[in-house]
Amino acid sequence: MCLAVPGRVLDIEERDGTRMATVDFGGVVKEVCLEYLPDLQVGEYAIVHVGFALQRLDEESAKQTLELFATLGMLQEEFGDPWELAAEASGSPSPGGIEASQEVQQ
Amino acid sequence: MKYIDEFQDPGLARRLLDDIHSTVTRPWALMEVCGGQTHTIIRHGIDQLLPDQVELIHGPGCPVCVTPLEVIDKALEIASRPGVIFCSFGDMLRVPGTGRDLFQVRSEGGDVRVVYSPLDALRVAQQNPEREVVFFGIGFETTAPPNAMTVYQARKLGIPNFSLLVSHVRVPPAIEAIMQSPNCRVQAFLAAGHVCSVMGIGEYPELAERFRVPIVVTGFEPLDILEGVRRTVLQLERGEHTVDNAYPRAVRPEGNRAAQAMLEDVFEVTDRAWRGIGVIPASGWRLSSRYRDYDAEHRFSVTGIDTREPAECRSGEVLQGLLKPHECEAFGTTCTPRNPLGATMVSSEGACAAYYLYRRLDITTASLEASPVV
Ligand code: SF4
Repeated sequence: MCLAVPGRVLDIEERDGTRMATVDFGGVVKEVCLEYLPDLQVGEYAIVHVGFALQRLDEESAKQTLELFATLGMLQEEFGDPWELAAEASGSPSPGGIEASQEVQQ
Repeated sequence: MKYIDEFQDPGLARRLLDDIHSTVTRPWALMEVCGGQTHTIIRHGIDQLLPDQVELIHGPGCPVCVTPLEVIDKALEIASRPGVIFCSFGDMLRVPGTGRDLFQVRSEGGDVRVVYSPLDALRVAQQNPEREVVFFGIGFETTAPPNAMTVYQARKLGIPNFSLLVSHVRVPPAIEAIMQSPNCRVQAFLAAGHVCSVMGIGEYPELAERFRVPIVVTGFEPLDILEGVRRTVLQLERGEHTVDNAYPRAVRPEGNRAAQAMLEDVFEVTDRAWRGIGVIPASGWRLSSRYRDYDAEHRFSVTGIDTREPAECRSGEVLQGLLKPHECEAFGTTCTPRNPLGATMVSSEGACAAYYLYRRLDITTASLEASPVV
């Protein structure tokens, strides 16, 4: 959770009066709030934490970090199905299932 | 050198290490504040690559680990109530409360949902107007602004069935508490980079001056840590104690002003208990009086909880850097990620989990070698 991951802005729209973006994290795409970095533009990179862009990042460092995270399996940890991960760790069946994985995709 | 080939740029890693090795003349103890940094250090064996004189002490910077048991128990109690949808980050699912965790609450029929962002929880509230939706708001200065924004939005959009169970913590008072502890051995800090992305570095010069302790803002990739250690050791050897930013690509000195302004509006500073450590003055945030309606503790009066810490868990000492995880008797025996006694074993940023995941083999081999063969 404390992991902040760099992502690239794909497009930006206003929703409920809030600036939101679609952001690509090395293949995983998520909705991200831009209220704390309002001048971030399409194509730029930022450090994103729990769905909020917190600081701009240059392209090269962003790409390097993403590559490293992918190699270390940290993207899976951050974006994988938490019920599955928790079930695996505890050795019990997941109480989540399909519904749970959909939640994460919201 | 063990592990060094796994570095993203082994050549640069070697140069940084050589530099550190040739600078050090005396023993130094450095604390890395952030649990993400602890994991990088253990995963890449950075502590073993450093000169013997440089000791890395693991700090309390794991938000899941420091959330007090009492708050976890409140979360479990609220999540079990009929009509409640309890939303949380995935990391909290298996953090043990007294006797159970959120994972079990869901198995028993509680409506516990995992969200990626607090705004997702707000959307759940919009979609389920007849239910009470509670979001578990924990974390340091990186997570607090997103949670603050979500409460702000809830009020702006007039969503009455959303509330936050808040247990936010702040880093600078923790640094102060560590330095004031009579057992403190820490001589310098590697400050948590992403906390500084939000807060900037303005809170640190006073601490560095008062405790005569170098504070080097550090990222959490392997090379960032080596660079942080290099700059810290350089200061220590020269007898300096300044605040240095070794993570400029993500940290501007002023931080993120918009996020700071939102924090000031939605939260107010409060004393907060840290699991295993106790109350640290001014070390947390709670909702300010203007947002009291969105406080889950206020909305669901949860009282009479019998909170019990497992006696054998020594995570308080681990979190203060007084004990290495494998020195705990329960480590790897009665306490494993499958059956964790403390949050530090279950959190993806916990020090006990880091040692269990990456260091267990080494420790077993070392203890076999150390113990006399009969
Ligand atoms: S190994 Fe387990 S019991 Fe020991 S301090 Fe860590 S979490 Fe607690």
